[in-house]
Amino acid sequence: MSTLEIRDLKVAVEDKEILRGVNLTVQSGKTHAIMGPNGSGKSTLAYAIAGHPKYTITSGEVLLDGVDLLALTVDERARAGLFLAMQYPVEVPGVSVSNFLRTAVTSVRGEAPKLRQFAKDLKSGMDALAIDAAFAQRNLNEGFSGGEKKRHEILQLELLRPKIAVLDETDSGLDVDALRVVSEGINRFRASGDTGVLLITHYTRILRYVKPDFVHVFAGGKIVEEGGPELADKLEAEGYEQYTKASV
Amino acid sequence: MGLTEKPLSTLHEKASYDLDDFDVPTGREEAWRFTPLSRLKGLHSGKAAITGRVLTQTYTPAGVTAEWVGRDDARIGKAYVPADRVSAQAYNAFEKALVVTVPKETVPAEHIRIEVRGGGSDGVTYGHIVVVVEPMAEAVVVLEHQGSAVYADNIEFVVGDGATLKVVSLQDWDADAVHVSHHHAQLAKDATFKGFAVTMGGDLVRLSPSVSYTGPGGDADLSGVYFADAGQHLEHRLLVDHSQPHCKSNVDYRGALQGQDAHAVWIGDVIIRVEAEGTDTYELNRNLILTDGARADSVPNLEILTGEVAGAGHASASGRLDDEHIFYLQARGIPFDEARRLVVKGFLGQLIEKIQVAEIRDRVLNAVEAELAR
Ligand SMILES: Nc1ncnc2c1ncn2[C@@H]1O[C@H](COP(=O)(O)OP(=O)(O)O)[C@@H](O)[C@H]1O
Ligand SMILES: [Mg+2]
Repeated sequence: MSTLEIRDLKVAVEDKEILRGVNLTVQSGKTHAIMGPNGSGKSTLAYAIAGHPKYTITSGEVLLDGVDLLALTVDERARAGLFLAMQYPVEVPGVSVSNFLRTAVTSVRGEAPKLRQFAKDLKSGMDALAIDAAFAQRNLNEGFSGGEKKRHEILQLELLRPKIAVLDETDSGLDVDALRVVSEGINRFRASGDTGVLLITHYTRILRYVKPDFVHVFAGGKIVEEGGPELADKLEAEGYEQYTKASV
Repeated sequence: MGLTEKPLSTLHEKASYDLDDFDVPTGREEAWRFTPLSRLKGLHSGKAAITGRVLTQTYTPAGVTAEWVGRDDARIGKAYVPADRVSAQAYNAFEKALVVTVPKETVPAEHIRIEVRGGGSDGVTYGHIVVVVEPMAEAVVVLEHQGSAVYADNIEFVVGDGATLKVVSLQDWDADAVHVSHHHAQLAKDATFKGFAVTMGGDLVRLSPSVSYTGPGGDADLSGVYFADAGQHLEHRLLVDHSQPHCKSNVDYRGALQGQDAHAVWIGDVIIRVEAEGTDTYELNRNLILTDGARADSVPNLEILTGEVAGAGHASASGRLDDEHIFYLQARGIPFDEARRLVVKGFLGQLIEKIQVAEIRDRVLNAVEAELAR
């Protein structure tokens, strides 16, 4: 049983306040969808929780099972059980996917995986996400298409097995086939154990494949409405207009 | 190019076997302005006693000859004429030269090894090596510099018609070594030369790889990696002089720097002369500055004197580790030091992959690893 608690989180970028007091609790076993228009601060929330150096926390708390995440370095947060699937995964020249994954798994688990077992897990993970075996030898995200990058993020999610996963617009830019593959990966992760998911999305489309327990509407740097899955249907029908007007 | 600046070609006009044709550098000259002359221990002034010593040993596979010859041997100085004071000093002071010959159409089964081991940093010493690869022969030379010395030398690589020579030069000196060296490759018609410099050791290393062509169709690839630590001055000055039509050159040097007063200098001069139509050239230098207090000077120069080039470009970039790279790796649980190690190894490793002798490639990767562990 794990809990991620975000309390009154305020975040600035270059002296500009972006998040204006976010309160949210994610428990394992539950999936929370955060939906909001572009520029509302969704990625800022994701990056701030993960500890990206560009974002300054001006107030608030983020706790994972009572541990103050904001006091930890980026890698310590990941080792504490937090995972962020990035909206725009960066290309890292000269670092191969297989070397990267092995290093990441070793760091998170605290010991090197048995080579044979790791090779097996990697192969089945890649197969399940329809990632070509040749990707293991390629440089990290280099020359990957948008869809390939997102599938590779989910591969990492499945290999690293965090307590809480924050998925930042993992669905954006995917065609229907890729969306299905990625959603299945997220669902496997959800079924794999006691895990919580914070699913950030702009569109309702992915929610047909990954059913949320809660939906939060994000606008102007905070949550402006919350409810159950039915809230997504309302957004589908009415769009974000009413919230964006309200927040200015 | 500003009107007051001299064209590149005029900077490289001077070449002579006669020491008196070169003034003792003062540090104000374009060619010497980056080099801390006080740390050359007299190599540039000619005042230092020639009491130093290096031991040069060769390991040659079957079919290749290595001989020590006197100063009057006709093969010396045919491909290269000294282009600066230290080079001329070395040319006039070496006692015996090493001449390695790969006969016509010979393809040795293994690489040729030349080991230069310094016997201490008291007193200067000079050397000269000629490597002749005769027409249609193919050879790999691994040149290793180790130990401690105050050493200046000239190396001539003479690559015959249709021949291929690959050279890896490791500057793996002890911390107090001073080394000033010219490596000149002369490419005949359709010759291929691939030079790879690895400079990690030494207090001051100034290596000047240059290329000239004597016929069309020549192809030169000059690569290098360096890792400058606190106090080290590692300088690479490249010159590719395209004077023949339809030749190629590609230059790619990458460096990492860390620690107080770690200093890397990279000068990349490419001249495409009037007669060098159809030249295809590209040069690149990139530096990763890992800490405060380290400095990289990177100056690419391209002078095009013909209207007909197939391609000509250059680029230079020096910067810090990319925060986004480090963030991505750390977000996967990888600690900062390990993330930094992965990124730097990746950055240099992409070039190191090009070294074809597996044993040397692994050694260089391990050396990068050791530098990063400091
Ligand atoms: N580096 C930055 N400098 C200044 N403003 C930024 C920077 N990054 C994001 N912002 C601003 O922060 C706001 C929220 O951005 P973001 O969190 O990316 O929104 P979303 O993910 O919901 O589209 C936007 O108004 C954006 O312009
Ligand atoms: Mg976003």
